[in-house]
Amino acid sequence: MGKIIVVTSGKGGVGKTTSTAAIGAGLALRGKSTCVIDFDVGLRNLDMIMGCERRVVFDFINVIQGEAKLNQALIKDRRLDNLSILPASQTRDKDALTQDGVEKILDELREQFDYVVCDSPAGIERGAQMAMYFADEAVVVTNPEVSSVRDSDRVLGLLSSKTRRAETGADPVKPHLLLTRYDANRVAKGEMLPLDDILEILAIPLLGIIPESTAVLRASNVGSPVVLDGKSTAAKAYEDAVSRLMGEQIEMRIQKPERPGLFQRLMGREA
Amino acid sequence: MFGFFRKARPDTSAGAARDRLQILLAHERSGRAGPDVLPLIQRDILESIKRHMRIGDDNVDIRIEPGDDFSTLEINIELPGTSAPRATVPG
Repeated sequence: MGKIIVVTSGKGGVGKTTSTAAIGAGLALRGKSTCVIDFDVGLRNLDMIMGCERRVVFDFINVIQGEAKLNQALIKDRRLDNLSILPASQTRDKDALTQDGVEKILDELREQFDYVVCDSPAGIERGAQMAMYFADEAVVVTNPEVSSVRDSDRVLGLLSSKTRRAETGADPVKPHLLLTRYDANRVAKGEMLPLDDILEILAIPLLGIIPESTAVLRASNVGSPVVLDGKSTAAKAYEDAVSRLMGEQIEMRIQKPERPGLFQRLMGREA
Repeated sequence: MFGFFRKARPDTSAGAARDRLQILLAHERSGRAGPDVLPLIQRDILESIKRHMRIGDDNVDIRIEPGDDFSTLEINIELPGTSAPRATVPG
């Protein structure tokens, strides 16, 4: 039986889709058969970030409504043969995402895959609720910024009340904090919330810290999950996060702030 | 060496962010627990007291006072009658 992981945040634009693609590809690189699912009906984007947007024929809603078989809608990744993508519908209404339909598909997927990674839409409406409802674990993507931390706190409340695990009294959904767009230099200057403060406020275990990195936009430009470039700090941070998700104990790499050189000190440090 | 002074400086914008979040989330979390749990606790307390003495449905007053470090659950039970004293049970 595979594990169902929801990548969620409440707030938009914090890196849910980037993280879903990176974690999905990272798990596949580690030899785990993995399926990533886009729950953002009407605004699908996981297909673009994964670089398979021109290969979409059938989607999630087609399968729910019986117009296509699950295996017809699944797109096999061309780089990693144990990675598949289930795209969201771009045209249908999100009410088509029924709880029974989602449950049936997830049950089928967890038979076939070791990991099913659900990319939640922003917000806390139906799509986001469906993405988290059947989850075993949750990756809560958070930026070091007040509105993102507040929304993550709200989402943690929903994970502990509006999921199948909460409603049936099973073990609660296991939450993980993934801190993205972290900039150690700005933290050192007192311009950005430090890791410790965010951990104290949200009080959930840390899965990883993804530093602000130019590699993320570069990866999205070409439709390749950021872990596949291998060399960037963001790729390394996602690889570590994937190892922790698989239960390994890995030391947290925390980016050190750059020390200003003599020249910069003499000239002042205006950015 | 400058790091020491930076950490001690309370007036950074990141410090303001932390303080604002802590105050706001303490409030929002208590609101979240409130509407669901309080009536249930109130009903349970009423039922257990009713087993032993006569008491009206609105004689149990229950509220959560949210605080920065901890919140307090305040329960006031009014016992009617001449022999029974007014009991206040702070929680």
